[in-house]
Amino acid sequence: MRMSWFNATSLTLGFAFLYLPMVILIIYSFNESRLVTVWAGFSTKWYGELLQNQSFLDAAWVTLKVAVFSSTLATILGTMAAYVLVRGGRFMGRTLFSGMIYAPLVMPEVITGLSLLLLFIGIGLDRGVLTIVLAHTTFSMAFVSVVVSSRLVTFDRSLEEAALDLGASPWDAFRLVTLPIIAPAVISGWLLAFTLSLDDLVIASFTAGPASTTLPIRIFSAVRLGVSPEINALSTIMIAIVTVGVITASLVSKRSMVRQKRDEQAAARAT
Amino acid sequence: MTLRPFLQQGRPDLPATVFAPWADPNQKPLIRFQNVTKRFGDFTAIDDLSLDIYEREFFALLGPSGCGKTTMMRMLAGFENPTSGRIELAGQDIVPVPPNKRAVNMMFQSYALFPHLTVWDNIAFGLRRDSMPKIDLQRRVEEMLKLTRLEKFARRKPHQISGGQRQRVALARSLAKAPKLLLLDEPLGALDKKLRQDTQFELMDIQEKTGTTFVIVTHDQEEAMTVASRVAVMDEGRLIQVATPADIYEAPNSVYVADFIGDVNILEGTVRATGPNRYHFTWADTGESVTAASERPFSDGQTAHLAIRPEKVQISAERPEGAENAIKGKVHDIAYLGNISTFHVRVAGERIIKAQSANTRRITNRAFTWEDDVWLSWTPTAGVVLSD
Ligand SMILES: Nc1ncnc2c1ncn2[C@@H]1O[C@H](COP(=O)(O)OP(=O)(O)OP(=O)(O)O)[C@@H](O)[C@H]1O
Ligand SMILES: [Mg+2]
Repeated sequence: MRMSWFNATSLTLGFAFLYLPMVILIIYSFNESRLVTVWAGFSTKWYGELLQNQSFLDAAWVTLKVAVFSSTLATILGTMAAYVLVRGGRFMGRTLFSGMIYAPLVMPEVITGLSLLLLFIGIGLDRGVLTIVLAHTTFSMAFVSVVVSSRLVTFDRSLEEAALDLGASPWDAFRLVTLPIIAPAVISGWLLAFTLSLDDLVIASFTAGPASTTLPIRIFSAVRLGVSPEINALSTIMIAIVTVGVITASLVSKRSMVRQKRDEQAAARAT
Repeated sequence: MTLRPFLQQGRPDLPATVFAPWADPNQKPLIRFQNVTKRFGDFTAIDDLSLDIYEREFFALLGPSGCGKTTMMRMLAGFENPTSGRIELAGQDIVPVPPNKRAVNMMFQSYALFPHLTVWDNIAFGLRRDSMPKIDLQRRVEEMLKLTRLEKFARRKPHQISGGQRQRVALARSLAKAPKLLLLDEPLGALDKKLRQDTQFELMDIQEKTGTTFVIVTHDQEEAMTVASRVAVMDEGRLIQVATPADIYEAPNSVYVADFIGDVNILEGTVRATGPNRYHFTWADTGESVTAASERPFSDGQTAHLAIRPEKVQISAERPEGAENAIKGKVHDIAYLGNISTFHVRVAGERIIKAQSANTRRITNRAFTWEDDVWLSWTPTAGVVLSD
């Protein structure tokens, strides 16, 4: 089917609006010239320079550590929270708890960051990698629990009952039956938490210490002194990582959906 | 309808004995429900129910949708606890025992096979939980695969096999741990008629081979009659009658049971005693009367129902000589079912009575056709007199 003139225009405009800034950034990261606005031919030299820049490399290392730890922690906590909310039946304060778990999704980041900062100062925790990890865990665990609980509500309860019936303890039933089946949702939750942590600026700037600058903070402060082609190169790399993460997450969940559908069709056909 | 011969099989050294532990007061039941009530909120799903089920029985729970069959099974498996009352398994109160600690296995209506595990691993799942030695485990799984004829599919995942095969995997998995009690919740609901009949016989065969006690839930009364040693007919959380399939069919204790199982003519009227165990039954609508035998006593003038199965009503062109009960009518409709035909005969008072006869001849030679005048007759013992 051919697209109408109107549809084609709105699609182009929409995508241009979304992606033009990034495309320009990527193009200029391959610019030969030091002047950002003047095109002087294709070059990858800024990527090379980036590898020489120790402060960027340090920041990248901190970011990576924070992202891995916080997303792993958030995945564990978020999955547990989702499991209790979907499976735990009725218990005191369930509604309150399920409302509160989603609050960080809508809470302004500045407030989350500020409150965490006050907490860390209050309990005398020195700001550094640990505090950023804790802060990122706090807000990304809500995202993980949304992803995982949307999978759990469609999960056939009788599978868990069958496991219990065959003598599995509740923990074994979760570990051996529920977890392998909801794994795609857990993995996409992890990837989501990972990318959220990777590009967070606001919360990290509240909770980072002087020796634990993350990449977004580093870029932001560098940009205030003027945009350099090195920053463009760095941002391009980050765009690539985030893109890969998001695409993987959606492929994982799409594949499991396709498989589920295929199983259902096979079941329907056979009976 | 096939009725199961109630003989213990598989012991050729012993003379065949009638299997009826429920009739023996010295037998200890395997399962005992004592005044069990289950409420969901203010809805009573099971209402003060008491029931004994014996070892090696194939016990069927039968009843309309929502009468509490699944709830009974879930209480036996441990997924629901009774609101009040006691449930015993082999003399032990099992209410406080969690599902994973009960010697009871359940075959789920949806099969609930683990989609990420192969057929082999599905069957081995329960055995692994008991940390069975590897050699024994392998032998046991192979044995189960053989029993359910699944050897060829051991390495496949549940979505790679047919519905009938999946159902056998579910059965093998629930049998693997050799439970004292196996619960089957509408196990054959998803299968077509032919496969269902084959599987029913397979189930009976497996039950006899393994000596496991089976409790089966079904919507299908014919299935209950085929497989069960005893049938419980339920309604709204209560047991209406618990008896052998033959007794349920031939001697229902209420209009509800008579109507629920099989085809039946139910006539309303009043009874008057004419001799020992003999009654005159007078129809409410025409005043005609017939003779009926009943073991159960009735007082004169009591209103009652007479239930007669269509196959016990003879149809003939002339009034049969010496028949105690015979009435005249016109053929209103004929349902041809291959092996038998059901005649719907209109008798006095616009009432329809169904009579069945075996088609021993080809259809072209059929004796009666629409609007023929016919006689219906039956013996005094053919019907059952039931109070309301
Ligand atoms: N968890 C529950 N909460 C509230 N009501 C329930 C619950 N489980 C069952 N019931 C109710 O209890 C009654 C008996 O349910 P049950 O599942 O035992 O019926 P059933 O005899 O198995 O019916 P079917 O033949 O349709 O499977 C039904 O009216 C049902 O709505
Ligand atoms: Mg049910």
